[in-house]
Amino acid sequence: MPGDVKVVERPRAESSYVRAAAKGMSITMRHLLSPNKKTQQYPDEKWELAPRTRGTHRMAVHEDGRAKCVACGLCPTVCPVNCIKLVPAEDESGERYAAIYEIDEFRCIFCGYCQEVCPVEAIHLGVHYENAEYSRERWVYDLERLVEQEHDVTALWDPQDPASQ
Amino acid sequence: MNPVTGGAFVLATVGKVILFFSVLMLAVMLATIFERKVCGFMQDRSGPNRVGPWGLLQVIADGLKNLLKEETMPAQAVRPFFLLAPVLGILPATILFAVIPFASPLPTQWGLVEMIVADVPIGFLYVLAIGSIGVYGVAMGGWASGSKYSLLGGLRGSAQMVSYEVALALSLVPLILLTGDVRAPEIVSMQQTFTAGPATYATWFMFPLLVGLFFFFVSGLAETNRLPFDLPEAEAELITGYHTEYSAMKFSMFMIGEFAHVITVAALVTVFFLGGWDIPFWQGDNIRVLSDGTVIGEPTWWKTLLTLGAFGVKTSLLVLVFVWIRWTLPRFRYDQLMDLGWKFMLEAVTVYILVIAFVILGIEAVGIPAGGWYAFVLFLVNLALAGVLFFAMDRGTLIRGGAKGAKPAGGDAGEGQGG
Repeated sequence: MPGDVKVVERPRAESSYVRAAAKGMSITMRHLLSPNKKTQQYPDEKWELAPRTRGTHRMAVHEDGRAKCVACGLCPTVCPVNCIKLVPAEDESGERYAAIYEIDEFRCIFCGYCQEVCPVEAIHLGVHYENAEYSRERWVYDLERLVEQEHDVTALWDPQDPASQ
Repeated sequence: MNPVTGGAFVLATVGKVILFFSVLMLAVMLATIFERKVCGFMQDRSGPNRVGPWGLLQVIADGLKNLLKEETMPAQAVRPFFLLAPVLGILPATILFAVIPFASPLPTQWGLVEMIVADVPIGFLYVLAIGSIGVYGVAMGGWASGSKYSLLGGLRGSAQMVSYEVALALSLVPLILLTGDVRAPEIVSMQQTFTAGPATYATWFMFPLLVGLFFFFVSGLAETNRLPFDLPEAEAELITGYHTEYSAMKFSMFMIGEFAHVITVAALVTVFFLGGWDIPFWQGDNIRVLSDGTVIGEPTWWKTLLTLGAFGVKTSLLVLVFVWIRWTLPRFRYDQLMDLGWKFMLEAVTVYILVIAFVILGIEAVGIPAGGWYAFVLFLVNLALAGVLFFAMDRGTLIRGGAKGAKPAGGDAGEGQGG
């Protein structure tokens, strides 16, 4: 025995090989016969997502279909990974709008700061995660695509417990 | 009705070879899906269920995938042996099947066709001889890959298979003592009841040779390289050991070989200890072909089918036990494995042979004729021996890796556990 390793003399019942093996075999056989399988048949059965799940972004729109974004520039500023690209513009009536608004979902860490900081509640994270694509370019969502998203938007706090108490 | 001879015999044999080889390969395919289903169920999963009904076509998808994948060969591999190893892995398991009787003889208009590919007079000695060849596939695959892990796997495999070969062979000696014959069909007949002809034991040998069954089964597990004896593969330590460097169909052949081996060992246990194709509690299927060609019993085609079914059921149940053990018990440590093989199994089997030999001598001195009572006395002796075996093993004194009486520092690295 190298060094001062203490060898514990275990009681007979504990060092029983046959009984332990038999117990293990009975456990596996019980699970084999039990009809209660835990597998979720994924594409057929989907996850039930929590209302505060933070996933794919979505842009809120006015009733006439324009994006609510006023191109204030807060979200690209607060974004910790710099995944939002915003080029502001002004229309004839002097209202600011986003000429280019792109979110790189590949880069995004889904922290939710953009939604938190937005003064007009335009950009939101969404309760949605199935956004696989065949090319990297497709992961950059432009304004049009952000508006098109139809999933639920993320709740930033629990309405019953807004202060998280 | 006499057994077939001449041209009909050749034709029948060719037919049986083709038929049984296809059946074996089909069984291997089903065994892979069966194993994955069973292990899934044991872990509360549902197993493969996407391809075809209940995932049954998964095997075909896997086979196609393996055929289409890239065959790789390491630069340092020894080409001829690297290519030969998978063949040697698959060969013994398949040709072992030649001496296994599947069903009662089938009467045809040309004569009686025995449902065994080759009824060789050396019977299960052939099994032991061919079974030993299995080690070449493992050792050669490990060595020819030119990889350290593969080499270790191959070395472990050869050491383990050679060690348990001994116990495997010896555990069948009591069977010879009892039957006085090594032909597989004769062993099956010996487990059935007949009113005419030479005396038989009228009960499956699992009763009079209970402990022998245990030893044979454990050695068989070690021979097939499956858990708890899968040291040659040992994913965690050896990255699947001897077939690390194999890909695509060559890898697949090792897998097919392993499953064929499992099925073969299950079939052998069935023949030697579970009455072969005998249907329990029914005397109508007891058909015996004596060596001079006389047939006892009435063979019909539907009896052949029924007995084939009985054989299939018994073999499948044993395969289930194999899978069940694999997904339950952890792997032995290497020194424990060797200890179990050389310091326990070998001695225990030898003692068992002696005890059975003396009991048989005693029974014959008392004058009990071969038959039910003879088997019953042996069964009682075996129960007592099984009790002793259980007591000895259960106290954890036989298969632990050291502790009590272990050498101080400098001894084996793994000592001190188990005690």
